[in-house]
Amino acid sequence: MKRFLFALALAAGLPLAAQAANFNQVQNDKSAIAFTYQQMGVKVDGKFRKFAAKLNFDPAKPADANATFDVDLASVDAGAPEADDEVAGKPWFNTKAFPTAQFVSTGVKAVGANRYDVTGKLTIKGKTQEIVVPATFNAQGTTGVFDGSFTLRRGDFAIGEGTWAKFDIVANDVLVKFRITATYGK
Amino acid sequence: MTIHYTRTAKSLHWLMAVLLIGLLALGFYMQDLPLSPEKLKLYSWHKWAGVTAFLLVVIRLSWRIANRPPALPESMPRLMQWAAHAGHFALYALMIAIPLSGWLMSSAKGFQTVWFGVLPIPDLLDKNRELGELLAGVHKALNLLFVAVLLGHVGAALKHHFIDKDDILARMLPKH
Repeated sequence: MKRFLFALALAAGLPLAAQAANFNQVQNDKSAIAFTYQQMGVKVDGKFRKFAAKLNFDPAKPADANATFDVDLASVDAGAPEADDEVAGKPWFNTKAFPTAQFVSTGVKAVGANRYDVTGKLTIKGKTQEIVVPATFNAQGTTGVFDGSFTLRRGDFAIGEGTWAKFDIVANDVLVKFRITATYGK
Repeated sequence: MTIHYTRTAKSLHWLMAVLLIGLLALGFYMQDLPLSPEKLKLYSWHKWAGVTAFLLVVIRLSWRIANRPPALPESMPRLMQWAAHAGHFALYALMIAIPLSGWLMSSAKGFQTVWFGVLPIPDLLDKNRELGELLAGVHKALNLLFVAVLLGHVGAALKHHFIDKDDILARMLPKH
């Protein structure tokens, strides 16, 4: 009987052990960081062509997860060539002085089936704010996909200074969306 | 006795005259401005006014089809009558084609047209940089052509009034 129970526990435990996996190999070609902003009621889509993402995520232990994003701000596609040049400039990202935006997670909390709140510090243009980013995680075999979005208030980071500082033409709220695909490694 | 255009036709004519001259001036002025909040505002206004002009020309054409304009005077030579009809046809064709080209250009450039910032006009085209540049060229060329036809239109009206001394211009003016 003891042996039987042991075998049962083993059998029950094995699939769990097999599922436990650390998704930490980010697939850059299947990942994206994009955003949508509003210009006098017109939604304009943009994205960042270059960024580096590092993450460790074990669905069995979400609290131990961590993520770091480094976004090359000069790689911005703000919707038009003219806008790309403008946004790299001093009033906006000032990429010469602040080439990178960084997000470093400080905690991950499971809030439902495949849903997580990722808390972390977002630094843009020398200003740091704590934000909470809701994300979903869906795994298919050895590949996991994180999807999420959050609203960034550009005014909080002085993105768009001087004549751009008012929000009547370019709105304060910018919706940032991301999709990070990672496979699991050791 | 002068047979006038209808009051509705006159109102639409002069309303659109003011609107289209404003749109032309704004369009040529704003294109070379450096990027600024002011420029974005002017572009939005231009697009809102363009959609408005398109709606007005649709109303105006419907009215014209339902209410035939007064006939040209018998004194006009056949060739001149034909030229007058061709000129008016070109004006209407351009008043329809120009806002359409502007709308398609905006879509191809990735900036949807949202009328008065409230009513989104669907994008017929997906964002495509090359197509956007091409349509910008088309929009500009059509407008240059429009300016040329418009100058002919104004010139012809003044010639009728001051040289031919007929009632062609008077029938589009308010009745005394």
